[in-house]
Amino acid sequence: MTEEEKLKRFNALIEQDEKIEPKDWMPDAYRKTVLRQMTQHAHSEVIGMQPEGNWVLRAPTLRAKKILLAKIQDEGGHGLYLYSAAETLGMDRSEMIQQLHEGKAKYSQIFNYPTLNWADIGAIGWLVDGAAIVNQVSLQRTSYGPYSRAMVRICKEESFHQRQGYEIMATMMNGTEAQKEMAQDAMNRWWWPSLMMFGPSDKDSWHTQESMQWKIKRASNDDLRQKFIDKTVDQAYVIGLTVPDKDLKFNETSKHWEIGAINWDEFWNVVKGNGLCNHKRIAHHIKYHNEGQWVRQAVLAYSEKINAMQSATSL
Amino acid sequence: MTTKEALYNYVLRLADDNLILAQRLAEWCSCGPILEEDLAMTNISLDLLGQAEDFYEYASELNGEKNVDELAFLRSEREYFNHLLVEQPNGDFACSMVRQMLYATYAKHLYEALLKSRDEKLVALATKGLKEVKYHFRHSSEWVIRLGKGTAESNLRAQNAVNELWRYTDDLFEMNATDKVLITQSIGFSLKDIYPLWKAEILHVIDAADLAIPELGNVITGGINGMHTEYLGHILAEMQFL
Repeated sequence: MTEEEKLKRFNALIEQDEKIEPKDWMPDAYRKTVLRQMTQHAHSEVIGMQPEGNWVLRAPTLRAKKILLAKIQDEGGHGLYLYSAAETLGMDRSEMIQQLHEGKAKYSQIFNYPTLNWADIGAIGWLVDGAAIVNQVSLQRTSYGPYSRAMVRICKEESFHQRQGYEIMATMMNGTEAQKEMAQDAMNRWWWPSLMMFGPSDKDSWHTQESMQWKIKRASNDDLRQKFIDKTVDQAYVIGLTVPDKDLKFNETSKHWEIGAINWDEFWNVVKGNGLCNHKRIAHHIKYHNEGQWVRQAVLAYSEKINAMQSATSL
Repeated sequence: MTTKEALYNYVLRLADDNLILAQRLAEWCSCGPILEEDLAMTNISLDLLGQAEDFYEYASELNGEKNVDELAFLRSEREYFNHLLVEQPNGDFACSMVRQMLYATYAKHLYEALLKSRDEKLVALATKGLKEVKYHFRHSSEWVIRLGKGTAESNLRAQNAVNELWRYTDDLFEMNATDKVLITQSIGFSLKDIYPLWKAEILHVIDAADLAIPELGNVITGGINGMHTEYLGHILAEMQFL
C-alpha cells in the first residue's frame, strides 16, 4: 500500500467512527498527539496520588481512611493501565517518566494546588473527579482503541470517587460551624481550578481543532466545562455550599448556568510552574523514583540469575 | 481479670497490630520504587485496615462503651497493645519488606492456631485474616529472596534490615496475664507452640535469600503491656490529628 492509500484508509476509519488499533497505520502527528494526551493523563493519575496521599495518614475515621486509600489505589491503577495503553504507541514507561522529570511531559495543573484541610479530600473527589469524569465520558468515544477502552474502565471507578467526595462535603456541611467553614473554604479554593481543568477556552486552544478532526477529542473544552458547571452548581446548592462566583446566573433561555470570567492568568501562572506545589510534586516523584533505582536493579539482576540458572539446567 | 476482659485485651492487641502496620504501609503511598509496588503496599495496608476494623468491632461489642473509631483513634500510647515490630519505621524498601515478612509469617501461624479457638467470633476473624496474610507472606518473602539474591547492594540492604529488626522478634512471642486467662479457657493458645513453626519458616526464607540471622544478645519486649518504642507516639500524633 502506498502512503497515500494508507492515509486514505486511516481517514476512512475515522470517518466511519471505527477505532484505530495499535497495529493500524496512523499519521505521525496522530500518534504523537494521542501519545502526548495519554501520557499526560497517566502522569496526572500518578501525580494526583500525592495531594490525596497527603491526608491518608490523618484521615479521621477508619472508614474514611479505607475509602481514601482505596481511591488513591484506583488512581494509581488507572495510571498503570494508561501507561500500558500508551506503550502500544511505541514508547516505554521509563521514557515517559523521564519526560515527566524533564518537564517535557505535563500532568493536570489541578494537582499543583495543595490539600490544606480534610474537606479538600471531599472537594477533590467531588469537583476534580467530577470534572475528570465529564471529560473521560466524552473520551470513551475517542478514536484510538486502547485509549477508548481505558476510559470505559476508568469511568466506572471515577463515578464512585465523585459520590464519595460529595458525601464528605455533605457530611461536613451537616456538621459543626468549623466543619462548614472548612468545606466552604475548600469549595472556594477548588471551584475555579476545577473549571480550568477543561483547558483554555476554545478560541485559545491550539490543539482542539486537529484533535476534533481526528476524533481524538469528541467535545470542545467549553462544551465540556459547561456540562460540568450545570451538573455541579445544583449539587452545591443542595448541601448549602456557595459557589464562589458573584456573576453566576441561570440563563432561562439557554437553560444553562453562566459563570463569571475565568482568571486565565492564574492558570498560565500555574502552568509556568508558579503553583504552590509544582516544585514539590515533581521533586517528590524524582526523589522516590531515584530512591527506588536499587530495587529495580535488584529485580533485573535476580531475573537474569534465574534465567541463567534455568538455561544451565536445560543444557 | 475476667475472661471477657482478657478477650477484650487480646482482640485489641490483634486490632492494634493491624492498624499500626497498616498506617506504616500507607506511608509508602506515592513513594514506592515502582508503581506496581506502590499499589501492592497500599493494597496490603487496606487489607490490614479491614482486619483492624473487624477486630475493633469485636472489641467494641465486648467493651459495650466505645465505638470502633474511639477505640482505633482515641487512646494514648500506653493503651495500645501492638507489637514493637509493627511500629518500627519503614526505612528503605528492604526494611519494609523484611518487617512485612517477619510479621506476616507470625500472623499466619497465629491465625492458624486461632482456628481452634473456642470463641467462634475469633475463629471467623482468623479465617478471614488468614487468607490475606498468606498472600502477604508470599509477596514479602518473594521480595526478601529477590533482594537477597539480587545485587550486592540489595543483599546488603536486606541484611541490614534483618539485623535491625531481628531484635524486635522476641516481642512477638511475649505473653502476659491476658494470654494465661485465655489459654485456660481454650480461647487463646500458647505462643510457644507456634514459635518453632515461625522460626523454621523464617530461616527457610532467610536461607533462600542468601541472608543470615544476626547473633544478638539483646531482647526487647513490651508491646503487649503498653510499653513502646518512641516511634508509636509519632504515629499516633499524625493518626489522631483530627
